[in-house]
Amino acid sequence: MSRLFIVLAGALFGAGITVSGMANPAKVQNFLDFTGQWDPSLALVMGAALLITTPGFFWVFKQQKPRFADAFALPTKKDVDTKLILGAVLFGAGWGLSGLCPAPALVALLTGASSFLVFALAMFSGILLHKQVFEK
Amino acid sequence: MVESTLFTPWLAIIGGSLIGLAAVLLMWSKGRIAGISGIVAGALSERGEERTWRLSFLLGLFLGAILAAYFSGALAGVQSVASTPVLVVAGLLVGVGTRMGGGCTSGHGVCGISRFSQRSMVATVVFMASGAVTVFIVRHLLGEGV
Repeated sequence: MSRLFIVLAGALFGAGITVSGMANPAKVQNFLDFTGQWDPSLALVMGAALLITTPGFFWVFKQQKPRFADAFALPTKKDVDTKLILGAVLFGAGWGLSGLCPAPALVALLTGASSFLVFALAMFSGILLHKQVFEK
Repeated sequence: MVESTLFTPWLAIIGGSLIGLAAVLLMWSKGRIAGISGIVAGALSERGEERTWRLSFLLGLFLGAILAAYFSGALAGVQSVASTPVLVVAGLLVGVGTRMGGGCTSGHGVCGISRFSQRSMVATVVFMASGAVTVFIVRHLLGEGV
């Protein structure tokens, strides 16, 4: 039963990325291009998501535990450290260069274009590289 | 080459709402953050249930995207204009950067901010600024753009 809800959550997420147009790298790069042909769509995507998750999480966290798990698994780190900043700088650079962040990069694979496959394989490599080099 | 895109407020609001619903549903059911970089990383390297629930979520993500693309036509004409070397470098940066920074647009930008996490707010401002500076350099200083 829990599996069904997790698949459904994934499906809503994938549908949201697709419908919002965020799987189109040009829309994302145009959002980041404040001095060019600015496309504010991404701000509304984030804003609408936050309008749901802010009260939604508030309500969920009033439950004693998740419906199908023993406890909520939330990040415990509180301090803003160098890794957080450097990681965000590197991610932002890759995001700006390609117009792709992880979820849209996966959805874009559905176009069948080899360029998106190249990006996804490089992204997976980066994730594994970080694990090999920095998580030892 | 710069492809112009239209501001699509209603599709953005509908899509964003679906993403928000997805994050609330995952937290309510499994107690997990819907951060895609973390979910992909776990699906690649965890074992057992820790891998299985992430693969289930990703299976759903593709199914939902296929259905939405079929009915909305949103993926028609979507292409990357970046060259292969740029895509390789960008993919590596996104992979390493999201793991080092502990999240991406979904984990920090949506889930973290709505939990009022200070780390997520800082990360979101920094990756947006970094992305904007990168686009400015590529399009306006290196002269690829308008």
